[in-house]
Amino acid sequence: MYSHSSESLIQQAREIQEPELQKFYSRLVKLLQGKELGHETVDSLQRLYLILSATKYTRMLPSDLQKRLRSLLLSQSEQLQVLSAAVLRETLPLSGQEPNYNQENPAQLNSHATALLISQAVTRTDLSFFCAQLLRCLEGRPSESPAHSLLYILPVLNTILTHNPKCLTEDHVTLVSKKLVDWLRYASIVQGGGASSGRFFTGPRSRQPLPIAELDGTVSGDFFTVLCVGQGFTEDQWMNVYSFSMLRHWLLTYHSVSNGNTTVDADDRSEVDGSVVSMVSATSSSSRVLPPKERLREKAFQYCQRLIEQSNRKAHKKTDTELQKACLVEAVYILDCVCVEDASLVYRTFPSIKALFGRLSSDLLYARVLLPIAQFCLNHGELAAVDCDSMWKLVFGRFPAELFSDPFLAHELLRFLRLNLENIQLRVSQYTHFFPNLLKFLAWDSPAVVDDFVDLLPSLVTPGTTVELLHTLLDLPCLSATLVLQLRSACLPISEPGSRSLACLDAFRHSSSRGLFLFLLRGEAGSGDTIERLDDLHKLLAEAADWPRVIHCAQTVPVLLHIFFNTVVMVADETLLAHLILVMLERSSLLFNIPTYIKEIHRVFSCHLLRLCKLHPSLIMYQSHELLEFAGTTANVYTKEELYTHVVWVLGEYLSVSCDSRCSVRLITSCFEALEAVLFEITSSAPPPGATCPAPRAINALMSALAKLASRSHDLIPRVSLFLSKLRTLTRGRSVPWCSDEEDLVAIVTRGEELWSLLKTPSIAQSVLTPPPHVITPQSHRDNNVAMPLGLRTLSILAQSQRH
Amino acid sequence: MVRCFLIHTVCPVSALSAGESRVLYSRVFGPDEESERTPEERRLLQKEKIAAVARQVRSAVSLTREASGRVLVELVPGDEALALQDADSGVVRLRAGDPFSEEMSVLWLGVQSLGFTMVCEPHENLLLAEGTLRNLTRHCLEHLHMLGQGSEVLLRSTRIDVLLSRLLPHGQLLFLNHRFAQTLEKDVAAYMAM
Repeated sequence: MYSHSSESLIQQAREIQEPELQKFYSRLVKLLQGKELGHETVDSLQRLYLILSATKYTRMLPSDLQKRLRSLLLSQSEQLQVLSAAVLRETLPLSGQEPNYNQENPAQLNSHATALLISQAVTRTDLSFFCAQLLRCLEGRPSESPAHSLLYILPVLNTILTHNPKCLTEDHVTLVSKKLVDWLRYASIVQGGGASSGRFFTGPRSRQPLPIAELDGTVSGDFFTVLCVGQGFTEDQWMNVYSFSMLRHWLLTYHSVSNGNTTVDADDRSEVDGSVVSMVSATSSSSRVLPPKERLREKAFQYCQRLIEQSNRKAHKKTDTELQKACLVEAVYILDCVCVEDASLVYRTFPSIKALFGRLSSDLLYARVLLPIAQFCLNHGELAAVDCDSMWKLVFGRFPAELFSDPFLAHELLRFLRLNLENIQLRVSQYTHFFPNLLKFLAWDSPAVVDDFVDLLPSLVTPGTTVELLHTLLDLPCLSATLVLQLRSACLPISEPGSRSLACLDAFRHSSSRGLFLFLLRGEAGSGDTIERLDDLHKLLAEAADWPRVIHCAQTVPVLLHIFFNTVVMVADETLLAHLILVMLERSSLLFNIPTYIKEIHRVFSCHLLRLCKLHPSLIMYQSHELLEFAGTTANVYTKEELYTHVVWVLGEYLSVSCDSRCSVRLITSCFEALEAVLFEITSSAPPPGATCPAPRAINALMSALAKLASRSHDLIPRVSLFLSKLRTLTRGRSVPWCSDEEDLVAIVTRGEELWSLLKTPSIAQSVLTPPPHVITPQSHRDNNVAMPLGLRTLSILAQSQRH
Repeated sequence: MVRCFLIHTVCPVSALSAGESRVLYSRVFGPDEESERTPEERRLLQKEKIAAVARQVRSAVSLTREASGRVLVELVPGDEALALQDADSGVVRLRAGDPFSEEMSVLWLGVQSLGFTMVCEPHENLLLAEGTLRNLTRHCLEHLHMLGQGSEVLLRSTRIDVLLSRLLPHGQLLFLNHRFAQTLEKDVAAYMAM
């Protein structure tokens, strides 16, 4: 598809030299001077466009060429209009030749020239002027202007108000509202001219015109909408389409702030307005004369109700069925919009929304239509006293469980959650319980949705779900593999004759192991933190460790764990945090075996173990038994070096009476003995077969921890000192089997010597090795003696600067 | 509103580094967000934003294809319908500021070595946008013979401009039933025949 010729064309365009370019410009000017502009001119203009657009650096055109191009904008030939607009868009207007927006007459411009004008608009005033001209056009409806120029006015208006809603004055808004009402509600209900004419529309014919039809072929019995068909269309029917296409945006821009009030919560408004107005508005208000904005709101309401009814019909064509879905989405969003503005409409709207939900809730093909309905329920459900439970079961239950592989549904559902998070947390009590289901989106397509989960994960961390959530996050790659298996299992027949079937797929289907997979596939939390046979599950999924989907998932887990831990420290108490430390220690050896995954997780654990203990030093006491067991297992030095180093460090640092009064001498001694045993073992022999030498960091951490513990219980000092001096003598001038690098050995021995000399003065050792908090936090400004000179200096600087 | 529509490579290009994408066609709708810069800077910034979007989509396409493990089958002109059916599709979320000033949803279709991308504003009807993107892609594939080895996408870019002016005028998504769509497409076909 992308050929060498295309690539070389682009390269040529980028690399064209100035002299050649100037020659090209002059030739083009000559061509444009001719009376007839033929194929050569068109090709040259196209080449010019390519040259200008191929590079991000702007090339300026000579003024005569620019002028000629500007005149081409108003040519009769659309091809020349498009070409000149495209070229001029890629270059800059000559200084002094910038368009004067106050003078441009939209009636004389075509769509392409208008687009160019808007893209070059710099200031808001430019756009305001142009807008005013545009609307004058709309108002006037001069019959001499080309008929189709009216069609693009609404899209142009829409694009202007996207960037500068204030371009339209109150009068403009009123004018457009009136026009929109006319087009939306009172468009012609007869068909336009012949189908084969190829023109946009014709006037009414002399013979009896046919009425418009619905998508299922029946004759239409009500006003014209986008879901009506005919052989040809009249102008106002086209405007009906354009009007509806921009309606939601219009309402959001000009109707969301009513009467200068900020958007009020639907509940509050109901108390003020609802009780009085609802009775009156319950019946149709078509007999009342409403101001333009309110009238538009009413007509929008009617249009959407009609669309909902029309969507029930069976369309003949597939594209029309898809359009019906899109119309349903739009209609519900617009109804939500108008109900936010006028709470009394809720009572009139809810019956049809409820009926729609009833009709579509069992059909997964309409899942994306149900999301706007969920939005509606969230915003107005309480007002209409509706129980939205079945809605949430669908959105949080069925959709993630069955539609996790639909990227568009995932995007929209997660977006819905993000935008309404506060409301959902308030009104949908079971939201956090559905985290296993929601994580399925992440497990399936991590790169696409990880950004959404960075925003959503904190809301899923609650004291009740924390531990189970941690386990689930750690096993996310397993969930990823399981989802793949689930889909494959559904597609493939039970036994494929003669083909190579996956062992894990067999395991997935087998009754003895199915339960393990079903646990991962659970939809709600609360049935257990994790499973006992996790190890078995990991083994069964072993061949999935190199599946790209699983690897992508594994790469996102560390990021999410960071977010998890950062959130947890804010919501959990010490008991829960202690439990998390336990989970970290347990899971450190129970992780799915993807090459770098285990190392990454250990790194995250280490980081947060440190943070947790720093914030709550007494956590060490809660889990002293497990931490000691971990630190006393020599194998951990080799297999979990990073985590081990950190565990040893926190033990050395925080196992003291000053951190927690429950800390006893006996505990310090047993910790000391555990660490001492490990240190002896790793420095007396070579590492076990298959393992590398213990990292110098681990050895240093052990020595430092022992020194710190000894400084708190002085009986232990002789034992450390003995070891350290032995170390010095043993390693002098000789190589050792447990350290391969000479520099590392020197570093270790040096550290040992430092500690040894420090321990010769026990009273100082404690202060140096574990400085009390008031030493390490800077407080000099609070100390009277130190603060005085600082204060005086500051005052004199201030006094001097005032004098200047 | 649709902020921009672009066609770019999603395959490796020898002249570019690994994650880069060559933009073959781009069209931005509406006035520029930046008003405090010189016109030259504004254009430069716009081109860079488009390039950033293309890179993001390139990455999304390759990750999706890697994950699904599907093998790309070589297609020839005439297979446009199949190409569209087989196309990978997805949506990328761009955070506010990166690179547009507000959050955007980027819909993409990956057809063989090219990506067709539409940057939509957050409140946009994504069902409609998806349908429109597919329709635009089909027309581009057909009218510009993109399954072949030609370079019409570069040398006949005005056809795309005209296509967009009918089906996505000034970035406005349209609710077109099959009859309205037919009328517009006839108009487009008339232009293409010139």
